[in-house]
Amino acid sequence: MTRSNGNSVEVENLVKRFGDFTAVDRISFQTRTGEVFGFLGPNGSGKSTTIRILCGLLRPTSGRAIVAGYDVVQSPELIRRNIGYMSQKFSLYADLTVFENLRFYAGMYGVPAAELRGRIDWALEMAGLRGRESNLTGTLAGGWKQRLALGCAVLHRPPIVFLDEPTSGVDPLSRRLFWELIQRMSGDGVTIFVTTHYMDEAEYCNRLALMNGGKLIALGTPTELKLGSIQGWLLLLECDRLGEAIERLRRFDGVRDVAVFGNALHLVVSDAAAAPAIRAALEADAISVTSLQPIRPSLEDAFVALTTGRGANCPSELPS
Amino acid sequence: MIERLRQILVKEFIHLFRDKHARFSLIVPPLLQMLIFGYAATYEVNRVSTAVLDFDHSPESREFLERFSASSRFQVRYILQNESQITSLLDHRRVVLVLQIQPGFAELLRKGRTAPVQAVLDGTDSNTALIAAGYINQIATRFAQDYQLQLADRLRPALMTFAPRIELQERPWYNANLEGRWFFVPGVIGTVLLVTVITLTAFAVVREREIGTLEQLMVTPISPAELIVGKTLPFLLVGLATVIITAIAGTLWFQVPFRGNVFVLLLGTTLFLSSALGVGLLISTICWTQQQSFSLAFFYVTPAIMLSGFGYPIASMPHALQLITYLDPLRFYLVVLRGTFIKGVGLGVLWPQMLAMTLLGSGALTLATLRFHKTLD
Repeated sequence: MTRSNGNSVEVENLVKRFGDFTAVDRISFQTRTGEVFGFLGPNGSGKSTTIRILCGLLRPTSGRAIVAGYDVVQSPELIRRNIGYMSQKFSLYADLTVFENLRFYAGMYGVPAAELRGRIDWALEMAGLRGRESNLTGTLAGGWKQRLALGCAVLHRPPIVFLDEPTSGVDPLSRRLFWELIQRMSGDGVTIFVTTHYMDEAEYCNRLALMNGGKLIALGTPTELKLGSIQGWLLLLECDRLGEAIERLRRFDGVRDVAVFGNALHLVVSDAAAAPAIRAALEADAISVTSLQPIRPSLEDAFVALTTGRGANCPSELPS
Repeated sequence: MIERLRQILVKEFIHLFRDKHARFSLIVPPLLQMLIFGYAATYEVNRVSTAVLDFDHSPESREFLERFSASSRFQVRYILQNESQITSLLDHRRVVLVLQIQPGFAELLRKGRTAPVQAVLDGTDSNTALIAAGYINQIATRFAQDYQLQLADRLRPALMTFAPRIELQERPWYNANLEGRWFFVPGVIGTVLLVTVITLTAFAVVREREIGTLEQLMVTPISPAELIVGKTLPFLLVGLATVIITAIAGTLWFQVPFRGNVFVLLLGTTLFLSSALGVGLLISTICWTQQQSFSLAFFYVTPAIMLSGFGYPIASMPHALQLITYLDPLRFYLVVLRGTFIKGVGLGVLWPQMLAMTLLGSGALTLATLRFHKTLD
């Protein structure tokens, strides 16, 4: 029952079934102390289920998960003392004031009386809510609620923090502020385990795990994923009549994948030298091409490539 | 442990008292219900709207009908001329009773024979009709008795000394004037308490489930036992306060006596509340939205009140239904309420009810706790 090592979260062949449905399918990974570990994947891919197992809210069907050195099945109550958890709902009491919410959660986490004032002050400072202690929480804007929820979740200085889509429904400026807080906490040695939809946020993570259909399909740094997931070259195509262009390109030998990105298309091709031939083929169909050039793959490209399985390449750290 | 419990209690009481609507709904509905029941709920039947149709036109028939006009139970509003008017009056609910006397009424009486009187009643409200029929019977019997005596007196005065009669001396104990209020006001305390505590408890948990704070609480080191105590204790206190407030209102406003021991009542209330809290908690383990919990609470409360003996005597129910009433904690609590208010009896009499409520309460709480654990998983 001692803290085994620096790895804050160790997961081995974790499975969770609900009836016939396998929500989490034999996933394994380890996090490192003080890293921001991102959990990416489409809705229903098993991210939230995994987080809920790691927090001791759900029992795994099989497999092993060690959080802060404790087994999630054997000692969930010890885990709860050592983690912070914040869900996308920012679970605060709207009819309590900012201070009352903090005071309540401090009580729940058993923050000692001597540290109480200091911890609440710290959380107020962090959330930028100093001077608003007696405001009703329900009247706060989304960004403040979100930072207050984080403050409430880490009042007891947990070494690991789980954040389940912490930035959904929050304005871009608040999102940036929030990520600055996360980076600062990670700098203090706190391990951050975060799920997100946003690709720009994924870039802030030290490492990313990509979930799809309950399986862990890729694990690595953002750069590793970007480079490893795309086999061949990525071309950016700007043209008119996108629909017809997609049809034509799907039939073109050497184009492995076509995906829409805004007003343009991203093509995965085996050889960048095919570009002139592609342009010629499109123009033969009276599609006017504004631009066709090779680009660096973004995380979104990697994400699309990996989750659709088209043009996917094995990243460096695929689980066995 | 104590600190955590203290913080939950503080929080629950803020939820209860900070919001204006919540404060309002805590105090006003119980008092309002008490007022409405105190004034409106009565089985007494007075001023029954009546029509009379007298084909006999004799001194006897007039005297007979006169007794109905003189009674406060009946109000003669129509004197009819023919039978065709009856249907319309009853259809339009203008009258509840039509008394019809056939020609030859007086002649039969004078001959010492049975004289029929027809009483047509609106049976839609069967209770009123039943009670009205009882009063009609009383008046008719009285009239017949008096007429017999008069007749005997006139024919053979000597017989008068031998006329055997029974005189009923009604002595209702505990409620000498048979005030309906004395029956209903303590009962209302029980029903109000049941509704208030079940909905408050169910809502308190389901609301947290809805806004996600229940999940947030479950990742703190709080134990399920602490959570359950923290989620029920406030409503036990609210329930006790409700009883005290409504009891004071009932005794001061409606002059319903409180003859027993306050502590016996509070003990009974606590035992009853353990059942109500258990049921509320049980509802919260089944429901995911406040709307669901509201309809489920309603689903429980209505039969619980019907089977409690609050308005309808249990002894008149079919045997199978009577057995079910033993599962209804309100049934036992009403005995405690009426026992302490009206009869002034103590534990020596009420211990079986206390025991039954203890069993039901611990059963409900155990079941709720087990299910509560399960749903958190």
